[in-house]
Order: sequence, then structure tokens, then C-alpha cells
Amino acid sequence: MSPIAIEADGLRKTFKDVVAVDHISLAVPRGSVLGLLGVNGAGKTTMVRMLTTVLKPDSGKGLVNGFDVVHQQQAVRRSIGLAGQYAAVDENLTGRENLVLVGRLNHMAKPAARERSTELLDQFRLTDAADRPVRTYSGGMRRRLDLGAALVTHPPILFLDEPTTGLDPSSRLDLWAVIEGLVSDGTTVLLTTQYLEEADRLADNIVVIDGGLVVAEGTAKQLKSRLGDTVIEFEFRSPADAAHAADVLGSVTSAGTIVRVVMSEGPNTLREALNRLETAGLVPGHVALREPTLDDVFLTLTGSASGDPS
Amino acid sequence: MNTTASHQAPTFPPISTSPGVGFGWAVRDTMAMVWRNLTMLRRVPQLLVFALVQPLIFVFMFRYVFGGAINSGSAGVPYVDYLMPGIFVQTVTFGAINTAVGLAEDKNKGLLERLKSLPMSRSAVLGGRVLADTARDVVIVVLMLNIGFLVGFNTHTNVVKVIGGVGLMVLFGFAICWIFAVIGLSVSNGEAAQAAAFPLLAPLTFASNAFVPTASMPDWLAWWADRQPLSVTVRGVRALMLGTEPTDYVWGSIIWSLAITLVLAPIAVRRFRNS
Repeated sequence: MSPIAIEADGLRKTFKDVVAVDHISLAVPRGSVLGLLGVNGAGKTTMVRMLTTVLKPDSGKGLVNGFDVVHQQQAVRRSIGLAGQYAAVDENLTGRENLVLVGRLNHMAKPAARERSTELLDQFRLTDAADRPVRTYSGGMRRRLDLGAALVTHPPILFLDEPTTGLDPSSRLDLWAVIEGLVSDGTTVLLTTQYLEEADRLADNIVVIDGGLVVAEGTAKQLKSRLGDTVIEFEFRSPADAAHAADVLGSVTSAGTIVRVVMSEGPNTLREALNRLETAGLVPGHVALREPTLDDVFLTLTGSASGDPS
Repeated sequence: MNTTASHQAPTFPPISTSPGVGFGWAVRDTMAMVWRNLTMLRRVPQLLVFALVQPLIFVFMFRYVFGGAINSGSAGVPYVDYLMPGIFVQTVTFGAINTAVGLAEDKNKGLLERLKSLPMSRSAVLGGRVLADTARDVVIVVLMLNIGFLVGFNTHTNVVKVIGGVGLMVLFGFAICWIFAVIGLSVSNGEAAQAAAFPLLAPLTFASNAFVPTASMPDWLAWWADRQPLSVTVRGVRALMLGTEPTDYVWGSIIWSLAITLVLAPIAVRRFRNS
């Protein structure tokens, strides 16, 4: 068994004149979680669709569980579970019927599919709603059912395309816990997200993509260290003051009324910054010290803001 | 692999590397999809009632409002007998919209994407849809036949031929479903599918001999109305149920249905694979 569960080598896909994925290579070791991070339209979903055999790549090579995504599609499909951002379950079937149907279409025997469905409904706390049509479910329940459908066959590899987009914070925490449980049982996960918090919490490795290309990769820690050390955050009363302060301080990033300065020389940076602000006659309303977040990395790399995690 | 995860060996089932889906599984996959598509009808039986509303309006209008002014064109055949085969065929034709709407909604909701990621037969998704809609056609045609008897429709042949007539229109409905499968896969949602369907259905159902004999139409319209597949099928059904038309039309209809299926089904399958 290859130690690499998912491997992409120069995958490319264009739709008419639009290059969705330009040239992306990545490798996910067995039992680990890769976070594929990017804004809408960065090419995340297209990557997932190619690796799950839903879409044929124009060029490049993809191996999932050691099987080629173009030439060994059936073996790839038997190795994976896919849960998408749309909660692809049938509204008119009950939760149980949805799971049994997916089991049957995975060519499980009927009794095995039924037994597994009961198990999953229990695991995802859907037992009470099991025999109600899905159209009566809440958004969080649908997502849990959708994830359950991806797990019917105990797949060793799981693709999660923005699994928590649009969920309320408590449902999100809920789903995170489920994913962490799967990973601790040895499942390999490729997860796309626009939420840095999600990648930070779940992913062993992160690949940031933008415009169909990889712009950075590494662990969350490595990516954060790219921005150096602790950041001082000054908050001003008006964007004009903030802009003036950014000028005075030679700030790394600024957004609205917030100006950030990397604390490259320890406490001296703070003293120097306060002196400069005083000379310029600027009084910050609020000062905070914080560790760099993936948001900073993301902003720096892609030049655009990520989705708001709450 | 990191050390914390390897303390317990993952117990994943072995993966079969066989490349295709055997014929037996393809049949079972198709049946599973038929079951899934028909569940909606079992759960929301009102849909069946809604499907009968439009044909009932047509029966009322043509049987009682316009009917008195229309001559069936054949001696000894009351207009109601001439009309009902037209209504039946129109009903299965409009019923095919269901195929387009169903597929467009499945695509819109991401369900087609999930199905494509499963090791199931590729043809079962479309086959399951079309066969479920054909089964629905059978139910609706039988209901309409009984409504026809209630408003005075009489067959003039024997039971076997009447059943043959039902078979002929269901086959035609099956063929039309493939046209609508292509439409459903080409649009983004159910409403768009519905909107795309009507311009196609109108010339097929109204510029035909379903409601009135073509003799009174201008030549250019009569030319189309005599030859187009829906008219040929209506004449085939009249041949089987009334005996007023030559049986050539039965064969003509079968050839049309097979030709439509043979051309459109591969296009639909290709569209599904590439969508």
C-alpha cells in the first residue's frame, strides 16, 4: 500500500476559455488531513471533482488510493467518499432511505446497507428523524446526513468540499468533531474550505490555491511563520487615522480602522511604534498583541479577504 | 503516516480493482434509481392528480366546448372517439417534462455529482429516470382511458388491440423522455427545464391531427401535421383502438419512437458524462 493516499501531478482543467485549475500538484500522506484553501473560484471544487472522477482532467495525473483517476475510475470510486457543499441528499426520501440507496448503489447487499445505515444514523444523532423525509431536516441535519452518505462503505479516503459552508457555529463545531473522529480512526481527508479557522483546526497540511495555481503550502505553523512573529494591532477611530498611521508605521497590513505591525524587534518595536504615533499626533483607541493567524497569510498571499468564519 | 494515527491499524475493506459494472449490477442500479424516482410519486400522490389536470381540461374543452363543431372526418365515428387517442398521446408527451425537470433538479441540487462519484452503472442514472417516468405514463394512461370511458369514449376493436394501443403510446412517451433528458441536462434548474419544454411541445401537440383532422389546415401546415411523430402515433393508436386508420401508422410510430431513442439516448448519455 502506497504511503501516499492522494496524489496530483500537474492537474489542469479549462472550461471553454476559463482556466479553472491551471497546474496543481499535491500529495496527501495516508491518515493525514490536507486543507485546500482558497476563495470562491480559486479552483478548489474543480480539483475535488477531478480527483473523485466526476470530471476528467485535461492533462496531468491523479492517483487516489494508488488508482489512476482516469484509467481506474471504478477502483477510485470504491475507495472514496464525497460530501459536497450542497448536501446532495434526496429531499423526498427519508434519511434512512437516502443512506440505504447510497449503500445499494455502492453494491452493498441490502441487509448490510440497512445495518450500516442504522449505525450511521445513530452516530450522527439522526435516529429520531431517520424515517422522516429529508425536506423536514434543518441545514445541520442535512449536512450530517450528507457526510453519513459519504461514509456508508467505510471509505479509507474522504473528500469534503466546503463541508461547513453556510452552517451555524454550533453545527460547525459539531461537524468538526465528527471529522476529527474519522481522522483518528485512520481516514485520509482532503478538505476544501474558505475558512482559515477550519484549516487551522483540522488540517495537518495546507495548500493555498489562487487562480488555479498553488501559491503556498506547508503546515499551519510554517505558513504563519512566513509572516514572522507576533503582530501588534492598533485600532483607530477612523479609516483616515488608520491610513495615516499605516504610513507613519510602515505597516504590513491594514484593513479599515485596523493597522498591524510585525513585532520583529520584540518590545522595542512596540516602543518605537508608540513614539512614532505620538509624534504624529495619533492616538489609537485600542492596542492588542496577537500571534499571526492564517488570515494574515491568506491576505498576503492572495491579496483578498477570506470568507468570514462566523 | 503520523505515529499517533498508527496506534490502531485502520480496518478498511479491501478495494476491488475490477474495471466495469457487470450487467447484473447495471440492472440492479437502474432498479434502485427507478425506485428512488417513483418514491416521490408514492409520497406525494397529489402529483399524479396534478398530472391529470391539464388533460382533463382538454377533454372538457374539446369534448364539450368545441367538439360539437368538429367533424371526425370518418363516417360512423363520433368525435369523442376521434379525440381521446389524441388526448392520450398528448398526455404522455407532456408527461415527459417530468424527465427534464427531475434531471435538472438533481443536477441543481448536486445529486448527479454524488451519483457520478459512486461505483454505480453510468447508464442507471438516466435509465432509472426514463423508466420511472415511463412507468408513471402507464399509470396516467390507464387513468385517462377510464376517464375517456366516462365521457363516452368507445373502442371499436378488441382488447388485445386496445392494449397494443396503450403500449404504442407508452413507447412513444419513452422516446420523448430521451428528448427531455437532453433538455434537463442542458439547463440549470427545474423552472428553466419547464420553460424550455413548452416551445418544443406546442408545435408537436397542436400542429397535429390530435384534435382536428388535418384536411382543414393550409397545405404547408397539413404537410407537417400529417408526418410529424406525434400525429403518426395518434393515427397508430386510432388504428389499434378504432380501426379507422391503416395499420401502417402503427409501424410508422414504432419506427419514429425507435429512431428518436436511438439518436437522443446516446446524446443524453454523453451530456451526462460531460456535465
